[in-house]
Amino acid sequence: MAETTTSQPFGRSFTVVAKIRENARMQGLVLISPTIIYLALFLLLPLLLVVVLSVMTRGPYGNVVYRLNLQNYTRLIDPLYLRILGYSLTVAAFTTLVTILIGYPLAYYIARVPEVQRAPLLFLILVPFWTNFIIRIYAWIMLLRSEGLLNSLLINLGVIQIPMEILYTPTAVLIGMVYEFLPFMVLPLYTSLEKIENAQLEAAADLGARPWQAFLRITLPLSVPGMIAGSILVFIPAMGMFVVPDLMGGAKTVLVGNLIRNQFLTARDWPFGAAASMLLLLLTLVFTLFYTRKAGFGEELLL
Amino acid sequence: MSEKKPALWLRIWAIITYAYIYLPILILIIFSFNTQKLNVRWEGFTFHWYEVLFNDQEVMLATRNSLTVAAVSTTAATIIGTMAALALQRYRFPGYTLAESTLYIPVIIPEVVMGISLLAFFAQIGFTLGLGTITLAHIAFNIPFVTLVVRARLHGFDKAIEEAAMDLGANELTTFWRVTLPTIMPGVLSGALLAFTLSLDDYVITYFTAGPGSTTLPLRVFSMVRFAVTPEVNALSTLWVLTVFTLLLIGQLAQRRRV
Amino acid sequence: MAQFAVELHEVVKRFPNPGGGEITAVNQVTLHIQHGEFFSLLGPSGCGKTTTLRMIAGFEWPTMGEIHISGQAMGRRPPFLRPVNTVFQNYALFQHMTVFQNVAFGLEMDNIDKNEIKRRVEAALEMVQLSGMGSRKPKQLSGGQQQRVALARALVKRPAVLLLDEPLGALDLKLRKEMQLELKALQNQVGITFIYVTHDQEEALIMSDRIAVMNKGEALQIGSPVEIYERPNCRFVADFIGETNFLAGTVTELNAETARVELKSLGYELAGLKLGDLRKGQNVTISVRPEKIRLVEDPSKGIGVPKNAENCFPARVIDSAYIGSDTRLVVDFGPGIKLRVWEQNRISTLDPRAFYKQGDQVWVFLMPENTLVIADT
Repeated sequence: MAETTTSQPFGRSFTVVAKIRENARMQGLVLISPTIIYLALFLLLPLLLVVVLSVMTRGPYGNVVYRLNLQNYTRLIDPLYLRILGYSLTVAAFTTLVTILIGYPLAYYIARVPEVQRAPLLFLILVPFWTNFIIRIYAWIMLLRSEGLLNSLLINLGVIQIPMEILYTPTAVLIGMVYEFLPFMVLPLYTSLEKIENAQLEAAADLGARPWQAFLRITLPLSVPGMIAGSILVFIPAMGMFVVPDLMGGAKTVLVGNLIRNQFLTARDWPFGAAASMLLLLLTLVFTLFYTRKAGFGEELLL
Repeated sequence: MSEKKPALWLRIWAIITYAYIYLPILILIIFSFNTQKLNVRWEGFTFHWYEVLFNDQEVMLATRNSLTVAAVSTTAATIIGTMAALALQRYRFPGYTLAESTLYIPVIIPEVVMGISLLAFFAQIGFTLGLGTITLAHIAFNIPFVTLVVRARLHGFDKAIEEAAMDLGANELTTFWRVTLPTIMPGVLSGALLAFTLSLDDYVITYFTAGPGSTTLPLRVFSMVRFAVTPEVNALSTLWVLTVFTLLLIGQLAQRRRV
Repeated sequence: MAQFAVELHEVVKRFPNPGGGEITAVNQVTLHIQHGEFFSLLGPSGCGKTTTLRMIAGFEWPTMGEIHISGQAMGRRPPFLRPVNTVFQNYALFQHMTVFQNVAFGLEMDNIDKNEIKRRVEAALEMVQLSGMGSRKPKQLSGGQQQRVALARALVKRPAVLLLDEPLGALDLKLRKEMQLELKALQNQVGITFIYVTHDQEEALIMSDRIAVMNKGEALQIGSPVEIYERPNCRFVADFIGETNFLAGTVTELNAETARVELKSLGYELAGLKLGDLRKGQNVTISVRPEKIRLVEDPSKGIGVPKNAENCFPARVIDSAYIGSDTRLVVDFGPGIKLRVWEQNRISTLDPRAFYKQGDQVWVFLMPENTLVIADT
C-alpha cells in the first residue's frame, strides 16, 4: 500500500508541532493533561489517602499509626453510629420531601404566569440562591432563638407565655435545611414544567380530561425529570451537610457530616473519620446511580 | 406552558413561599440599622454597626483573603477547565472516560469528604495549611464546574468557522486566538463567574484546608454567627445580600442587552 | 503554468467506522480540472463529494493517492498553506466580527498593508453587491447576504481555485435560482477555477462546464452537462440526471455503434445506441428519456414517423397530467411496464381532442438515436 508522499511546508519542520497537528488524539491529550494532572494530584490522591486511612489505626496522641485495622468499619456498625446514619438519611429525605411540597406549587406558578413576569420571579429565587448560606441560616437563628424575634413577637402578642425552644431542635434543623435547599428544587422543577407544551394539555382537554385529571395524567408525569434533578441536588448534599445541624441543631443533633468533622478535628481519630467518610461516599454513589438511572442523566437540567 | 392565569390558591402559595424566603433576609437587613444590640426590639436607626464592621480588621482581612483566593483560583480553573472542555467536546483520546468521570467527582462528592481528604493529603505531604492550600483546594473543585459550563456552550459551536479561518490562512494558534476564543468567550465568562462565586461562597472545604490566621469571609462569618450575635453580623449580611443582588441584576440586564 | 488547476490522482479516503472496521468514503477518484473551469462534483448524500472537496481544501488528508494544485503536490499541507479558499455550506461567518472584518481576515493573515486591505475589501464587497454593509454584523444580514459575505471573504484573497460546498442549499428556491446565475456570471467575470459541490443535478447542469457524477465514493462519469445528460455511461448516471425510463433486455445483435436488444417479458426487439462495450447475450438496461419518446397515431400510416419504422409499439394511456408547457403522460407499455412520456404542447388550442386522455390507445415511438443501451451495473 502506497502512502501519501509528505511535503514539508516551506522547509520548516517543527516535528513536535507537526506531530500534534496531524494527530487529533495528541491534541486532545495535550488539552486535557493539565486537568488530569491537577485532579490526580489534588483529588484522586487525597481520596486514595482516605481509603488507606480508613483501615489504619489511631495512635495514642491522635496521630496515625500505619497498622492495618478493620475495626474502624466494625465500629460503624455500632447502633450509635447507625442511628446517626439513619438520622442523616431521614433528615435528607424529609428535606427533599418538604422542598418538593413547598417548591412544586411555586415552580408551577412561575411556569404558568405570562412570559414577562417570569424573569423577575426567577431572579427573586436566584438572589437567595447566590447569597452565602451561612447568612441565610443566621437570619433564621435570629428569628428562632429563645430571645429571638419570633418568640418576642409571640410573647408580646400574648400568644404564649414562655419562649418556645425552637432553635437547637431537629425542627430547626429541618427548617434550616429546607430554607437552604429550596431554590435547588424549584429551579429544575420550573425548567421541567416550563417545557411542557400547552398543546398537550389542550389535547387532553379536547379529549375530555378535567383540569385535575390533566394535571395528574400529563403534567405530573412530565415533571418527573425535574423532580429527579431537584432531588439529586437536594438529597445528596443534604446527606453530608454539617453546617446547618451545627448552627441550628446544637450538640443534640449529630449527623454524619458532624461525625466526620468531629473525628478529624476534635476527637482526632482520623482513621475512624476516614471510614465514616467512605461510608458516606458509598451512600452518595449508590443514590447518585439510583437517581441518574431514573433520570437518564439530567445534566441539561442542571444547567 | 399555558398562557392562562394561574389559579388563585397558586398565587397565594407563591406569595407565602416568597415571604418565607425573603422575610428572614428582610428582617436581617432592617435590624442591621437597629441601635439595640440584641436584635430583639426596634429602638432607633443608626449606621453604627456598619462603622463597627468597617473598622473590624479581621473582617477586612478575611474579605481581602477571600477575594484574592477567588481571583487566583478562578483564573487557574478557567484556563484549565476551558482546555478540558475543548478536549472533551472535540476529541477522542485514550483515557477519555477516565478524565470525564474524574471531572464529575467534585460535583457529586460530599463537600465534607473532599475537605477532609485534602486536609489529610496536605498533612501527609507536609504542606502547612494557609491561603495557599485553600487556593489549591478551590482550583480543584472549580475546574469541573468551569468545564461543565463551557462544554454546555460548546454544544452549538460550528466548527466550520475554525475551518474557514484556517482556509483563509490562519494557523491553529491564530485561529484559536482570533476566532475560537472570542466565540466561546460568553461561555468561558459564565464559567469564570460561577467559579468566582463558588470560591467566595465556599465554607466547608475552606474550613478544612485553612490554617490559623488564614481566614476567608465565610469562615469569619461563621465564627461571628456562632459566638457573637451582634448586629455587626447583620450589617455584614446586608452588604453581602445587596452586593449579590446588584451583581445578579447587572448580569441579567447585560444578558438582556445582548439579545 | 501548470497544466491543470487541480489534479487528483487515484485518491482514496478511508475513515474508521464507529462500529468497527473502516468506511471508504472516496474510492480511487482521478480528476483533472482545467484552469478557469466551473467544475461540479454531483451526487447524492454520502457519495463522497464533500469529502473530496475537503481533501482539496486540506481539512482531510488522502489515505492514498495524490492531490496537486497548480502543479504543486499538496501532501499533508494544512489548509492555511494551500492556494485555495472555501465557501462553506452554512457560510461559517465569524459572528463576533463585522462584515468588513470578516472579509479582511484572510488578507490580515497574509500581512497585507492596512490601506491595501481596505481597498480590496471594499472592491470585494462591491463585486458581491454589498457595498456599505461593512459595519454590520452577520446576525443582521439575510441568508442571501450572508452567503455573499462568505463569497467575498474567499474571493478577496484571489485564490487560484475557489471551492464551494453546497453554498446555495440554505436559500429559498427563488433566491437560489438567482444566485445560480449570479455565481456563474461571477465566475466568468473573475476567471477563477470554481469547484462546486452539489446534490442538485439541475443546478449542476445549469452552472457547470464539466460535471463529475459521484456515487458511493467513486467518480462514475466526468463530462460536460450535455455529455452527462445524453450519454450516461451507467444506469446510476442515467437515473440521477434528469428523468428517464428504464427497460430490461438482452443483446441479440451488435454493430459498430448500435445494438439490437430483446426486451424481457415482452418479446419486442429494439434498436438503440450502444454505450460502452457490450457482448451478445449480455443483460442490459435501456434508458430512454420521457421527452424523447413520441406518440404517434399509426406507424403503418407513416404520419410523423417513417413508415413501418421500428421501435414502434402499441400502448395505452393510463395517466395524464397537464403542466401547461407540456403534458406528462404515463402509458402502459406491456405487462407491468409503464413508460413516462412528456409531450410538449406545441399548439395553443382549447380543443380537448388535442390532448391525450386516460384510456387512449397510442403508439410509442422510441427513436433509435434516443434509445440508449447501457451495460447492467
